[in-house]
Amino acid sequence: MKTVYVDNNATTKVAPEVMEVMQPYFSDLYGNPSSMHFFGGQVQRNVNEARDQVADFLGADPSEIVFTSCGTESDNAGILGTLDSYPEKRHFVTTRVEHPAVGNVSTYLGRKGYRVTELRVDREGRLDLDEVRESVNEGTVLVSVMHANNETGVVFPIEEIGEIVKAKGIPLHTDAVQTAGKIPLNMKKSTVDMLSMSGHKLHAPKGIGVLYIRKGTKFSPFLIGGHQEKGRRGGTENVPYIIGLGKACELAKRHLGDENTRVKALRDYLEKRIFETIPNVLVNGDRVNRLPNTLSVSFEYVEGESILLLLSDLGICASSGSACTSGSLEPSHVLRAMGVPFTAAHGSIRFSLSIYSTQEEMDYIIEHLPPIIQKLRDISPFWNDYLKAQGKK
Amino acid sequence: MWDYTEKVKDHFLNPRNVGEIEDADGMGEVGSLACGDALRLSFKLDEKKRIREARFKTFGCASAIASSSALTEIIKGMTLDEAERVSNQDIAKYLGGLPEEKMHCSVMGREALEVAIANYRGQKVKKEDFEVVCNCFGVTDREIIKAIRENDLKTVEQVTYYTKAGGGCGQCHPKIEGLIEKIRSEMEKERPPARAEKKKLTNIQKIKLIEETLGREIIPALKADGGDLDLIDIEGNKVYVALRGSCSFCPSAELTLKQYVETKLKEFVSDEIVVEEVRP
Repeated sequence: MKTVYVDNNATTKVAPEVMEVMQPYFSDLYGNPSSMHFFGGQVQRNVNEARDQVADFLGADPSEIVFTSCGTESDNAGILGTLDSYPEKRHFVTTRVEHPAVGNVSTYLGRKGYRVTELRVDREGRLDLDEVRESVNEGTVLVSVMHANNETGVVFPIEEIGEIVKAKGIPLHTDAVQTAGKIPLNMKKSTVDMLSMSGHKLHAPKGIGVLYIRKGTKFSPFLIGGHQEKGRRGGTENVPYIIGLGKACELAKRHLGDENTRVKALRDYLEKRIFETIPNVLVNGDRVNRLPNTLSVSFEYVEGESILLLLSDLGICASSGSACTSGSLEPSHVLRAMGVPFTAAHGSIRFSLSIYSTQEEMDYIIEHLPPIIQKLRDISPFWNDYLKAQGKK
Repeated sequence: MWDYTEKVKDHFLNPRNVGEIEDADGMGEVGSLACGDALRLSFKLDEKKRIREARFKTFGCASAIASSSALTEIIKGMTLDEAERVSNQDIAKYLGGLPEEKMHCSVMGREALEVAIANYRGQKVKKEDFEVVCNCFGVTDREIIKAIRENDLKTVEQVTYYTKAGGGCGQCHPKIEGLIEKIRSEMEKERPPARAEKKKLTNIQKIKLIEETLGREIIPALKADGGDLDLIDIEGNKVYVALRGSCSFCPSAELTLKQYVETKLKEFVSDEIVVEEVRP
């Protein structure tokens, strides 16, 4: 069966070039970067070269890069490491649509006695900058706002938020797991103090992440241990993965143009063809400020898991914000926060493309999606009711 | 990804009996768009008051569609009294099991059937008569109690898996906990005193006990539904039986045999008993 992978916001294929550069570090070059001997020393040099590649990609100084195990660790470390540095401040600000790596930290902080403000989004998934302005005060320890939403692809105006927050002297953390490699990042010109990214979202393997920490930002280590990462993250460096991530960042920088032209064009084509071939569809999220690779659509009167499994039966891999796919009973917190109507909230499907996506794959999806939706609507009691109400039947 | 059985996949990919019967004798609808799943069940009886045709329309996930399809297959050919006894466990078993988180799909099937039968009889299952415990999903105490009893549920999480109650804001969790405690203590009191440990039987003793159990526990129950059963042979722990009367053409015969006869024999004779049907 052919596989059409359009779930790149979940994870991506490891680039062959990345695989290749990692190989020697599993066999010949197994030294510990902290060792005094030449065998470890050469590995340390290579780790630092990878650090340079990541820093170059982010427009950062290499000393500002801390390698972690994943995006979630970066988020946890960024938030908890800051809070630890300002024990007297007890107010935390974030949004209602964060990834659980931040969202559940926020819930945890609420339980620990922090005052937590979770900023609302409108029907298009956008933040209200006035609400940001009103919610921060001298007691605010940190603002953590994701750069782009994983489900809808909506991009938040992180620099404008940064200006508001900076004016009050509050640090800003952003979860940029979904934006790294999809839209340009330049920390030299940014107002962001801390930024999280994850390797496996940009064609490096799972198990490696980065926390960017701007020079001068107060931070206490989250993983307490050795002197690695200049004392900011204990634990022996995951050398092969760091080398792989360095390469992936180099490639991502090179492919950024492609991502915003060719990949975006494929996404727009898919969106256009879905609207042309299927009735009662809506796009979830702001179509203007959106990642170039992401399309979240809702098909009214049908349920997302059913759509996904019928797609999967044809080799098409997508994802859904519907309740049933997660084992929870309510649609995703993102769609609920946006107030997506009931008719559509359970029938959301996310297609997320990558630089490996092709025109042929989009055509394959468009060939099979309309009959799948029709099949499920024929089974759904509400579709018939809807047609009757419209006088179409 | 959910670990669905082949049977669930088959009933999802090729659902049986999709549709709505125009002049249905009974019609039941449960769930809603807001809840994320809904089932509209309709049936038509034949002159002998057996379900001749059952059809469904379902909005929901794969296991909701498969459960609905299974339900229509199970109840076809049944009298309403028989259909009334179909439990959510029967639906799940027919499908070779459901992930526990998805058991509410089988409960939805049972509830729709209940509403449809009540509809035929001119009764109404009124939610207002019961206390709504979970406001997020509109689940009443009656539904929760029924699920606890029928499925031997022990935790709030399980109640959520089976009824959806408590799956939203979570405010009703203490109430659900209270119901579990109350119902389980009731169940504890109702339970018959523990049977004596099954002792090792000789072949003669085993055969005698199987015959006794069939005569006392199983055949009368089948006869009540117009069926009967003959013991054909016993070979080690394998018990060969033939179904007679209405049992022999009942589409749920396999279910009756596997679950009912075998469970009873296991209960009274030995845990190793396997029942096999001999076709006449």
